[in-house]
Amino acid sequence: MARLVSIPRKSFNTTLAGFLGFLMFFPVLWIVILSFKTEGDAIKAPLEILFATGWTVESYGAVQARSDYFKHFTNSVFIAFGSTFLGLLIAVPAAWAMAFVPTKRTKHILMWMLSTKMLPPVGVLVPIYLIFRDTGLLDSRFGLALILMMVNLPIIIWMLYTYFREIPGEILEAARMDGANLNAEIIFVLAPMALPGMASTVLLNIILAWNEAFWTLNLTAAKAAPLTAFIASYSSPEGLFYAKLSAASVMAIAPILALGWLSQKQLVRGLTFGAVK
Amino acid sequence: MISPSVLLLLGWMLVPLCMTLYFSTLRYNLIVPSDNPFVGWENYYWFVTDPSFKAAMFNTLLLVGGVLCITVVGGILFALLLDQPMWGQGLIRIMVISPFFVMPTVSGLVWKNMFMNPVNGIFGHVAQALNLAPVEFFSQIPLLSIILIVSWQWLPFATLILLTALQSLDRDQLEAAEMDGAKSLSRFIYIMIPHLARAITVVILIQTIFLLSIFAEILVTTNGGPGVATTNLTYLIYVSSLLQFDVGMGSAGGVIAIILANIVAIFLMRLIGKNLDA
Amino acid sequence: MMRCLRMQLAAVTLAGVTVSTAMAAEITIATVNNSDMIIMQELSSQWEDATGNSINWVVLEENVLRQRVTTDIATDGGSFDIITIGAYEAPIWGAQDWLVPLEDLGDAYNYADIFEPVRNGLSANGTLYAVPFYAESSFTFYRTDIFEAAGIAEPQEQITYDQFAEIIAAVHDPNNGVYGTCQRGKAGWGENMAFVGPLVNAFGGQWFDMGWNPTIDSPEWKAAVTYYVDLMNAYGPPGASSNGHNENRALFADGKCATWVDATSAAGYIFNPDESSVHDRTGFFQAPKQVTDKGTGWFWAWALSIPASSKQADAAKDFLAWATSQEYVELVGNTKGWVAAPPGTRKSTYDNPEYLAAAPFAPTVLNSILAANPADATLNPVPYTGVQFVAIPEFQGIGNYVGQQISAALAGQQSVDQALANSQQFAVREMTKAGYIK
Repeated sequence: MARLVSIPRKSFNTTLAGFLGFLMFFPVLWIVILSFKTEGDAIKAPLEILFATGWTVESYGAVQARSDYFKHFTNSVFIAFGSTFLGLLIAVPAAWAMAFVPTKRTKHILMWMLSTKMLPPVGVLVPIYLIFRDTGLLDSRFGLALILMMVNLPIIIWMLYTYFREIPGEILEAARMDGANLNAEIIFVLAPMALPGMASTVLLNIILAWNEAFWTLNLTAAKAAPLTAFIASYSSPEGLFYAKLSAASVMAIAPILALGWLSQKQLVRGLTFGAVK
Repeated sequence: MISPSVLLLLGWMLVPLCMTLYFSTLRYNLIVPSDNPFVGWENYYWFVTDPSFKAAMFNTLLLVGGVLCITVVGGILFALLLDQPMWGQGLIRIMVISPFFVMPTVSGLVWKNMFMNPVNGIFGHVAQALNLAPVEFFSQIPLLSIILIVSWQWLPFATLILLTALQSLDRDQLEAAEMDGAKSLSRFIYIMIPHLARAITVVILIQTIFLLSIFAEILVTTNGGPGVATTNLTYLIYVSSLLQFDVGMGSAGGVIAIILANIVAIFLMRLIGKNLDA
Repeated sequence: MMRCLRMQLAAVTLAGVTVSTAMAAEITIATVNNSDMIIMQELSSQWEDATGNSINWVVLEENVLRQRVTTDIATDGGSFDIITIGAYEAPIWGAQDWLVPLEDLGDAYNYADIFEPVRNGLSANGTLYAVPFYAESSFTFYRTDIFEAAGIAEPQEQITYDQFAEIIAAVHDPNNGVYGTCQRGKAGWGENMAFVGPLVNAFGGQWFDMGWNPTIDSPEWKAAVTYYVDLMNAYGPPGASSNGHNENRALFADGKCATWVDATSAAGYIFNPDESSVHDRTGFFQAPKQVTDKGTGWFWAWALSIPASSKQADAAKDFLAWATSQEYVELVGNTKGWVAAPPGTRKSTYDNPEYLAAAPFAPTVLNSILAANPADATLNPVPYTGVQFVAIPEFQGIGNYVGQQISAALAGQQSVDQALANSQQFAVREMTKAGYIK
């Protein structure tokens, strides 16, 4: 039964939510505006900025001249998708085992894994740096994908685990009776049912990997540097730099923002961590 | 049966952990080459007696607690609002979740420069226009400023999860309560909050994991200062390992951080774990 | 003009090719996002064209660069072929054999042209380990129009910090958006401590006594830091505790500061009409003294060097020879305007009439740099060298911590006494840990 709502009430809701939503969104919108202004205009008072007539793309040109955007972009894509792919390879079987063949310790293992995520990365930088140096993974995209996979693995496993658990065991029983082996079980039975959850896991992991700024900065030099390194050269001011900083920021966040917007339905549907029954 | 992948995973996670444990017992400073002698607990002693250590622990708690409060309360309110009928809900939702996609580095830089800069930032301009003294965010209220920035990033996450949970609430139950004459406040307290408990637990758990190691926002805005006002545990470890290049002490700090993280995890599990059947 | 430029290029090219390797190489350069370095990056395509080599650039903010480069060089990671380091790192790292000696950059490379203090500052045990890209001391920038309006003449002799404070009080005019003085407040041994260090020297203080015992709780430190905090609170811009060199430079260029004691290398920026709104209204005088004039102007150089782990040392040397040559300075002068030429490293720059015409500050800068003496920068004898830093590996940690404490005092979060007591305690800890204090 649909609820009947008066027009004024609905207008009020819309106005309030729209206003608050706009406030949340405003910083993003603001850097987009600033990025198309001249440096001189970009530090004026907000209203002056808005009504300053000059619009320009010169900041984008200046940013591009300093470091090649497309190289960094490609690296970001490779690292984000690569780490997600590697993560799924390990996480799907692991979460499967935990969900369907739980032992007494499963819960503890899960919690322990999650707690490793609280280890500040900087505490293990030197060990990892040494390992990477000796294995030739320094400044390689594969190395970064590997490390980010490891960083995000606990979250992926946990998310998948919660989705898998919601799949009724009887279906698997039935499949097994029909003679399905383990792989077939995963591929034909489990996967389709867990698909929405997997999609959301994949998306979240891509977002986290894209935005990860410690490992990507400290394990790369020139070849594998992604967009987080691209933005790092703007982190201290250099005279008038608001427009350039805005342009670089927009370039760094636009792809993931677009992906997030396009896929928000999938992301939201699965982003429940088993919180919704 | 434990699948091989779990073993692989455990091994994969144990290697750096063991190396960190090992390094934490050495006198190992990157910029003072030596043969890195074994020194036992010395690094732990130096780390714990560091004058910034206590402040860092306290700041970590404040930061995590502050952001959790803002995002959970704000998230519930936002979710309740977005759950109401309205026009253009899709667009509004897109606006609300946008901060979640922004890199921590970028959001730190943008807030620091374009908003909180007392001379050229928007808040500074607004204060000037109103003839008020501009708030010096990073000197007067440094930790609160960081909390606000981080909350901006995580509020969408809390809102989304809570909204999804809210939407799964049985409408008939609510309407029945409404017919019985229950006030909206009591509907909220007796029906919605219990229903949201699980989702709130999840929000708290996931966010705690990420908030305990907040780093980029502090690095680009305050560098842990002024003084140690915004130094959290992660930042203190960063200071040891990458500003003083004392790998031994940094590793000791890392080990301490993971022990504390486990304590927090156990605490969380005990306190709210019954909401999770994981 | 075009032809002249092309000949210039040809000269640079020739100088560059002499040492170049036969095979095209790909080198990775880590550098800081200073405007001089950004210009170097823009012009480097000429070197690439001339030699056939190619360059991967890693441009980072100063602190990130330092942490990145140190991690790599100390673990022998080999990620970079050329790194940008400062006068603090060069002698320490050179002595540890982390850097390739740079005594053999070819016959065309004019070593004698480099100022001797700069060369000494980048050498360890008499061997040059880094070649200077630009060098700087510190002096006082001031706004000539504001001084004139307040009836203050440009000081001819070195004034004291007390006199400096009187001047600042007279020119402070926040209602018209001009603050009496802008000084660094952002914590860091290379940020606020670069100003506070020489200030302490001027007040007769020092970091350590001859037995390496920290002396940060001395009356001299207290006098200097109290002066600094009071001055900034009374006449500084809002939010001063988060302003570093770059923030202040932007404020000064934007006309918001009447005085500013900072790097001489910023003069090229302040006097550049494209970058600064006060380029025609800025003057300069020596950094003030107080009880002593020793160590009142700092010494710093940004230099290029090659990690011992580089596999492309030959191509890297070739690039160094190009980027720090007299010809490169001329190339910048001719393409970007002489005011933007990298300062402070070569006599030839200061003999060049075009540079002197474009850069009215040149003689003062030169005097400041030649006067800065890292080997004798304090009133009382000390066991270390360095004006605004102490050339030991442990200094970064101590300097950063003290910087944080003073920054907190500036922000009003604690008293000066508290800040200095904490700093002293920390320094004693660190020096004990490192084995200086038994």
